[in-house]
Amino acid sequence: MKISLDNVVKTFDTFRAVHGVSLQIESGELVALLGPSGSGKTTILRMVAGLEYADGGHIYFGEEDATDIPVRDRGVGFVFQHYALFPHMTVAENIAFGMKVSKIRRSAEAIRERVEELLALVQLSGLGQRFPGQISGGQRQRVALARALAVDPRVLLLDEPFGALDANVRRDLRRWLRKIHDELGITTLFVTHDQEEALDLADRVVILDKGRIVQQGTPEEVCRSPENAFVMRFLGDANALPATVRDGKAYVQDVEFDAQGLADGAAEVLFRPADVAWREDGQGVPAQILRVLDRPDSRRVLAKTTGGQSIEFDTAPEFPHRKGEAGFIDIRRPRVYATG
Amino acid sequence: MTGPSPHRRPPRIGEAPAFRRTLLAIVLFFVAVIIVAPLSVIGVHAVSKGLPYFAAAIAEPDTRHAIMLTVLTALIAVPINTAFGIAAAWAITKHDFPGRRLLLIVIEIPFSVSPIVAGVSYLFVYGLQGLFGPALEAADLKIMFALPGIVLASMFVTAPFVARELIPLMQAQGRDLEEAATSLGASGWRTFLTVTLPNIKWALLYGVVLCNSRVMGEFGAVSVVSGNIRGQTNTLPLHIELLYHDYDAVGAFAAASILATLAIVTLCVKVVLERQGAGRRNRPATLAGNESLSEVKP
Repeated sequence: MKISLDNVVKTFDTFRAVHGVSLQIESGELVALLGPSGSGKTTILRMVAGLEYADGGHIYFGEEDATDIPVRDRGVGFVFQHYALFPHMTVAENIAFGMKVSKIRRSAEAIRERVEELLALVQLSGLGQRFPGQISGGQRQRVALARALAVDPRVLLLDEPFGALDANVRRDLRRWLRKIHDELGITTLFVTHDQEEALDLADRVVILDKGRIVQQGTPEEVCRSPENAFVMRFLGDANALPATVRDGKAYVQDVEFDAQGLADGAAEVLFRPADVAWREDGQGVPAQILRVLDRPDSRRVLAKTTGGQSIEFDTAPEFPHRKGEAGFIDIRRPRVYATG
Repeated sequence: MTGPSPHRRPPRIGEAPAFRRTLLAIVLFFVAVIIVAPLSVIGVHAVSKGLPYFAAAIAEPDTRHAIMLTVLTALIAVPINTAFGIAAAWAITKHDFPGRRLLLIVIEIPFSVSPIVAGVSYLFVYGLQGLFGPALEAADLKIMFALPGIVLASMFVTAPFVARELIPLMQAQGRDLEEAATSLGASGWRTFLTVTLPNIKWALLYGVVLCNSRVMGEFGAVSVVSGNIRGQTNTLPLHIELLYHDYDAVGAFAAASILATLAIVTLCVKVVLERQGAGRRNRPATLAGNESLSEVKP
């Protein structure tokens, strides 16, 4: 089921949470809505589900205008951040709930079979008689997914699906969710504030800031060509040095960077910690080492440019330089963005 | 008990024996003087002239009528206020609408306002000289000095009881469960019955018990609107006062013991119901219970 959002707007009291968002999710695609808190990502997800009504714009499921279809009839599977499992029902009862209240009558036998099937799908066979309070967080997550899938939803929506889990369980569940998605081929939209999660799991990443889409594309596209400083910063550690643009060149202190197409004026040069080489002399921005931090597979160097800017960069574990030494930072893959 | 320790653990605040004993003594003293002693006196005085006299006092037609009227009032007012309380708590916690906070405050007014004010204001609205008085008289509807007035006044006084028990709990539970149920295709009514109600039932029960005790015991508001007509509009608390003023101490105490018994029966019903619930501990009744249980790793 293809989903399209056309200029969707949502305002809470006086706070505009979503500003005219338009978005296409192709049938069978797995898309991540990525953004910091307050970026409107959860609101968008809840509007697709019908848990919130859009104040403006339209939401289409395939060709059908679903904007005003109530959540009950919209046919979406929604997995809540804290799972929202019914605490007074067993795991099996939780999964069966949607089928029991459905307008489509199913025999008790058919429901039982489907519950078993779903328990097997989420690898929880045999735990059907437990209560949600008696299973682990990762297991609850999978029950929530099975419960959402039980009603054969047209779209699967997940709100911060791994937010409440610890790091190891997160990674396992992430890979597993991707596998399930590939098996079922159901159109899936999920919300996360964790860029690693989005890049790891999604076919396409939609990055949001302050209720607007700032960039969307495959993980490769958003990683390799961030369109603005926000995306660059949000996707990973980034250093920034203030620069001035003149005639298609950006200058940091006296060092020159290519800035074609940028208007003259204030700008900043952004670069990843891994894209720095330390030179004892020669080209680069002059800087002094403040601290050297050791990590299992690298060394991170904290330094300060002579212009007073703090920067951090990663080096090989054999990096020989020490605190207090002066030198130059040679920046590979710099990205220049206009500021102001 | 984390293992043998060679050092004596320094006592934490409130653990010193002297403090503990003093605290306990103060509490027991207050319970005895404020609660237990007066209640025992009721029982003792009620049978002070012998059981036959007690039985006769109870069997007295006016007293019997007062008991029936009190029970009838509770049977009408408690279910209505329960339904109202659930509806109010549901509306306030699960929906956003303008004036939500105001409604919360209005519901609590009966808690802070003296019941006699409620009684008098009902008199102004429904009484003969009141707002609707002439219209009601013309329609031959008797509200004041009759059962409807007594029920209305009781309902005013006890309106917040159920809602106030439910609102904090339902607020803590949030809307996730209802949203989950609806997204799975459940209707509002179905969601309420199968998801909301099972998770609020203990708080609801407690609210109903409190509401019931208060309806049966309400004096101030009811005394204004009932007119104190012996054998007709006298509820049990009013009747007790009447007997007392008639210098019928034993009758008054006998009637009071009935009222106390009604309250104790209510409390017993609550305890029994809770016991049954406790037997099903493996069905955690609240989300909080759900989280606090130890996690079983896969």
